[in-house]
Amino acid sequence: MCGITGYFGTPGASLPGRVLLQRMIGAISHRGPDEQGIHVDADAGLGHARLSIIDPAAGKQPMCNAEKSVWLTFNGEIFNYIELRRDLIARGHVFRTQSDTEVLLHLYQEKGLDCVEDLNGDFAFAVWDAPRKRLMLARDRMGVRPLYYTECEGCLFFASEVKALLEVPAIRAELDPVALNQIFTFWFPLAPRTPFKDVFELPPGHILTATPQGTRVRPYWRLDYPEANDEGAWDGRSEADIAEELRELLFDATRIRLRSDVPVGAYLSGGLDSSIITAVTRRIAPDRLRTFSVTFESREFDESKQQQEMVQALKTRHDQIQCSTADIARAFPNVIRHTERPILRTAPAPLFALSDLVHAKGFKVVLTGEGADELFAGYDIFKEAKLRRFCARQPDSYLRPLLFRRLYPYLPLLQGQSHTYLAAFFGGGGAELDDPLYSHLPRFRTTAGAKVFLSRDLRRELGDYDALAELRESLPGEFGRWHPLCQAQYLETAHLLPGYILSSQGDRMSMAHSVEGRYPFLDHRLVEFAARIPPKMKIRALREKHILRESMKDLLPKGIGNRTKQPYRAPDSQCFSGPDAPGYVDDALSRYEIEGAGYFDAGAVQKLVNKSRRKSALGTRDNMAFVGILSTQLWRRAFVDGACKVGADISPREVA
Amino acid sequence: MQDDVEALIRDFIVDNFLFRDDRDCLSDTESLLEGGLIDSTGVLELVAFLETEVGIEIADAEIVPENLDSIKSIATYTKTKLAQVAA
Repeated sequence: MCGITGYFGTPGASLPGRVLLQRMIGAISHRGPDEQGIHVDADAGLGHARLSIIDPAAGKQPMCNAEKSVWLTFNGEIFNYIELRRDLIARGHVFRTQSDTEVLLHLYQEKGLDCVEDLNGDFAFAVWDAPRKRLMLARDRMGVRPLYYTECEGCLFFASEVKALLEVPAIRAELDPVALNQIFTFWFPLAPRTPFKDVFELPPGHILTATPQGTRVRPYWRLDYPEANDEGAWDGRSEADIAEELRELLFDATRIRLRSDVPVGAYLSGGLDSSIITAVTRRIAPDRLRTFSVTFESREFDESKQQQEMVQALKTRHDQIQCSTADIARAFPNVIRHTERPILRTAPAPLFALSDLVHAKGFKVVLTGEGADELFAGYDIFKEAKLRRFCARQPDSYLRPLLFRRLYPYLPLLQGQSHTYLAAFFGGGGAELDDPLYSHLPRFRTTAGAKVFLSRDLRRELGDYDALAELRESLPGEFGRWHPLCQAQYLETAHLLPGYILSSQGDRMSMAHSVEGRYPFLDHRLVEFAARIPPKMKIRALREKHILRESMKDLLPKGIGNRTKQPYRAPDSQCFSGPDAPGYVDDALSRYEIEGAGYFDAGAVQKLVNKSRRKSALGTRDNMAFVGILSTQLWRRAFVDGACKVGADISPREVA
Repeated sequence: MQDDVEALIRDFIVDNFLFRDDRDCLSDTESLLEGGLIDSTGVLELVAFLETEVGIEIADAEIVPENLDSIKSIATYTKTKLAQVAA
């Protein structure tokens, strides 16, 4: 796991390519503190910051072929590299190292751009093919590893994180208002857009090729579901049969993710998914299990009871870190420096603290349960959409809307709502039923409420731009033929997962402390398998992840196996509103800074700040607005003003 | 008195849900729900305000969008309640 950078073309006269690459790598050295490497050619340059995990002695990068004509810089892991290597040797390839990097290099030489199709892994890489004068960039199917690019003065630059691109003298950070509008609707910008104007993300499952003739981006994989009424190969398969295959796939996905020359730990949230991963790991590698978790002071968020239950059941060696509201507030500017985008929740901050703990304990790799909620319909939004359709069938029913209270037992304020208000919040009959975004409309509506804070100028610039319309237009042609549950799953898996979960809560938080996350549920074989599981086996009545629970029930204590999904949440605006709030909060939200940035209405922001001080807890929309505004202002401080380069808040280890 | 109630309600909505100073952007009849101005927490904030600041008592059955979804409907509802108290 590492950081990569590079360019194709001539990077401008002010800096020699080698010096520029050195600076770009320096900006993301937290991703790979063990070693750095650079290769400069007449038409291209590649850089690499290395976190040594497989074959530490010999996996140095950028790596070249025997003829020194093809060069590779690679971030991530190819989990099936042992099998690929064996096949390549059988076909006559000769290897110098045991590394997965060299396997990728040989595979490219044999298959060219199609090499990605054989890879089972989490990766972002660049291949410079000098004889063809071609640069290839590729990113894994689910979007675990990041890759950004931009073109400037005729030269293409790429890097694992945007901060490396900002080292190019001619590239300046500027907020893209459309991206801000999208974040204040979906929680993330729609790829390839990023909050940085003219800087793009290579979308998951895509490859980019750049030659003197031009640049081309195309998908090599896409998430797909069966048609709603087509049970195809599943027809007649019993639930037990499907559960068994699911179990085998998950065991294999976990097994190959335990391949490493350094110790592997696991995050244990106390929920079903991380418990499953921990239990499976225990079966495969009983002596290697070390677990980590984050706890909260407030019972509203804390899951330490469930964590301890798993620790006892699996007898793991466990470390935990308590994250207070003050910890979140203190870490937040650094968190934003790593997310590189405004966020509407503080939830990444505790994960930032957790990876710090993992690093301090000497671990570079952790397994996590991420992905199960998307694949097996664990999130409340799936049940919510099912309930909304159920209510829409009998719009006059008094009792049906009351079921929403059962759906959100952990939201005390919802418990007091009348059935008419519940129906109004979650409503969705009539024309809405035909909207492809039906499942997500209540969430998008609530989130978009935060746009009331956008400044007059920004609104004028946005004109009648409609983020929902852009999302609708981007959906695949066959979307409308999928089962409603699959449609909702697609929106979560193809968008929220890479756009927020795997990036702002995932890669960026763990790599901030040089820790690599691995996600067995996101093995593409499992993703493709899960997509074909009939919806009724995923949500049985209102029991989410039914098939997954069935397939794993003998591995878990009953209390965990039957546990209802509790979403991972952290305290939000209250972290920044108490008497102990750090001084930067007042500054970042002051009229002076808000007006200087021009993104938000200063008077409205002041009213929100006052409200947050008056009340112990804000509602959902106000919380999102508060965190969104604060993080946008911190994003500006970190990148637009150039404060990032001062590095005042970066701990010595991150700079090293 | 009547106009005071309406002004009080408008001020509360503006300070707590709308936040913006450019008041012309919210009409008296605009739906707070549809405008994304009020969520499940907001309704309870509004009820607490009407009970403590305006001094009316609201039964659970009356917490419905017909009574509380625009400045005008809140004002009408509140005035009816105040009239009941006075009677």
